Amino acid sequence: MSDTHDAQKSEAKKDDAAPALLLAEFETPGDCMHAAEKLRDAGYTQFDTHTPFPVHGMDQAMGLPDSKLGLIVFPIGITGTTLAFLMMHWMNNIDYPIIIGGKPASVASIPSMIPIMFELTVLLSAFATVLGMFGLNRLPRHHHPVFNSERFANFSNDKFFVSVEATDPKFNVEKTKMLLEGLHPTSLEVVADDNEGGDFDGHAEGSHA
Amino acid sequence: MSSWNLPIKAIGESPLVGEGTTFDSVTDTVCRVTENKAPRGWWVAFLLAASFTGVLLTAVAYLFWHGIGVWGNNAPVYWAWDITNFVWWIGIGHAGTLISAVLFLFRQKWRTAINRFAEAMTIFAVICALIFPGIHVGRIWYAYYMLPLPNEMSIWPNFKSPLIWDVFAVSTYFTVSLLFWYVGLVPDFATLRDRAKNKTRRLVYGSLALGWRGSNRHWQNYERAYLILAALSTPLVLSVHSVVSFDFATSLMPGWHTTIFPPYFVAGAVFSGFAMVMTLMLITRAIYGMRSLVMMKHLELMSKIILTTGSLVGYAYAMEFFIAWYGGNDYERFLFVNNRMTGPMAWAYWIMISCNVLSPQVFWFKKFRTSIPVMFVVSILVNIGMWFERFVIIVTSLFRDFLPSSWGYFRPTLIDIFTYAGTLGLFFTAFLLFIRWVPMIAIAEVKGVMPEADPHFGHDDGGHEGSPEHMAAHVAAEVEASS
Repeated sequence: MSDTHDAQKSEAKKDDAAPALLLAEFETPGDCMHAAEKLRDAGYTQFDTHTPFPVHGMDQAMGLPDSKLGLIVFPIGITGTTLAFLMMHWMNNIDYPIIIGGKPASVASIPSMIPIMFELTVLLSAFATVLGMFGLNRLPRHHHPVFNSERFANFSNDKFFVSVEATDPKFNVEKTKMLLEGLHPTSLEVVADDNEGGDFDGHAEGSHA
Repeated sequence: MSSWNLPIKAIGESPLVGEGTTFDSVTDTVCRVTENKAPRGWWVAFLLAASFTGVLLTAVAYLFWHGIGVWGNNAPVYWAWDITNFVWWIGIGHAGTLISAVLFLFRQKWRTAINRFAEAMTIFAVICALIFPGIHVGRIWYAYYMLPLPNEMSIWPNFKSPLIWDVFAVSTYFTVSLLFWYVGLVPDFATLRDRAKNKTRRLVYGSLALGWRGSNRHWQNYERAYLILAALSTPLVLSVHSVVSFDFATSLMPGWHTTIFPPYFVAGAVFSGFAMVMTLMLITRAIYGMRSLVMMKHLELMSKIILTTGSLVGYAYAMEFFIAWYGGNDYERFLFVNNRMTGPMAWAYWIMISCNVLSPQVFWFKKFRTSIPVMFVVSILVNIGMWFERFVIIVTSLFRDFLPSSWGYFRPTLIDIFTYAGTLGLFFTAFLLFIRWVPMIAIAEVKGVMPEADPHFGHDDGGHEGSPEHMAAHVAAEVEASS
């Protein structure tokens, strides 16, 4: 994939639609993190980095607050514990009392309920963790303008991208471009949103030579 | 705090991938297995495994038609191969969660090379395990009695029974392992999607990747989710085999009624799980050329875990004997001396001791710990030994019970053997499909522990990134930033 071809592509896209984001490509995680720091310091908020693996220190470099996931998981986990207790208490002690092994059909036999209370806590917490994580990330998502860039397919291999969304209050095609150029990316392009939900024929086809 | 987020160099470890490995070569090595045509050996193995799956289906259908009498279980041995196989498979399933959760919490970065593999193995092993309690009920149409569902007798399960705890523990374990596995797979499915050369692959892997775009805002929640799942799975994995052991420990049978059972079962489970990971890994690594990602270093560490857990299991065997003598219970002592060490079932006991306790001791020596043939043989022996461990525990406690007039012996029937061999077929069928279509090594995680993944790589040690242009670019960027 040559750079000129890329440039033509993005030129063509720029004519069609308003830019959705600026996408800069870097060779190393260090350069990418450096770019994130610069954008953070310049006051940008609607920007992101796209990396093949989580880069340590990137959260601070981007100025992100701590993940909220724990706040979702904890109450749901406690719900699991409570539900398990209520279920066993109602079924074995109230609805159809079972007196077995000399253990009373009452709350006093709570030791024998511990294993299932634990298992349901873990089960509900695990669902809360996974669904909560995807929920916070707004995934699954059918389309994102960043996929309109042909180079972007390399994010999952060995390239590191920085994207600045046009919705950022500080976004200005020329000024933001200048800022990113100063960081010496290996490529920089304006990506438009075609609202097509993924262009299957063109994109990604030849991007892995 | 600890070193989990420090680069590998800062904690004084050597790289976990072979020399000359780059991000791109990791992607390519792992992905091309799913992209290229399957080698002929894969087809041979797959057809063989699939036909054994057919044997399983036939054996189970025969069982449903005729009833449990087609198995060797009979007075006084009412629990035999079915429960042995269940516990064996569940035990094998423990390595995956141990590697993905426990080693994660202990910051063992070498786990990245084998965790995907082991997690897949966990899921397939648990599926095989779940078959046995399901078919063991005899009248399969009543299997739903195991769940707290309303039924025509308006009676509920007895929640004071460890068997019902088992239902919850094993099904929770399966679900959580599957979720954990899938979360780990999402970034790698994105890699396969981005490399896809045709529409079908793009559609399938694209759907599985859920639109993953490697965003750091996503990685942040993703890493937190991974940490929480690891923290949940660690007590879970310990609870599952503990609950399995309660099935025995809460009974009043000599040889079962012991407090050492939960930790002893967990150690044995990890032991057999690692052995199975090792057996499969040695074959797959050689066939698919993964030597730069799964290095001798990883295999040696696995050998050490096998040695440790094998010795733990040996300690548990010794302690059972000690307590049988020290506890002064005649039945307990009789069982251990006359029914296990000697007597008609002694052959099974001694197979167990030689495979589980003696064979891993060769791993004290580095020469054997790093020898692939030795590792392969020992891992197979451990799997055999661990099957016999469960067989010994279950059958020797039952075949000569309190009433000498009802003493008997256990012999499996052909259907017993077919069912067991069939689950091996099912396991390998699923496993072969996995290595064919799913990235068998966690691409994103392996990249994350490479030296190049450190954002400061090459900046402080004058490494190969210190080219003039690169430095100039950096200086320019710094100047611009400060102006």
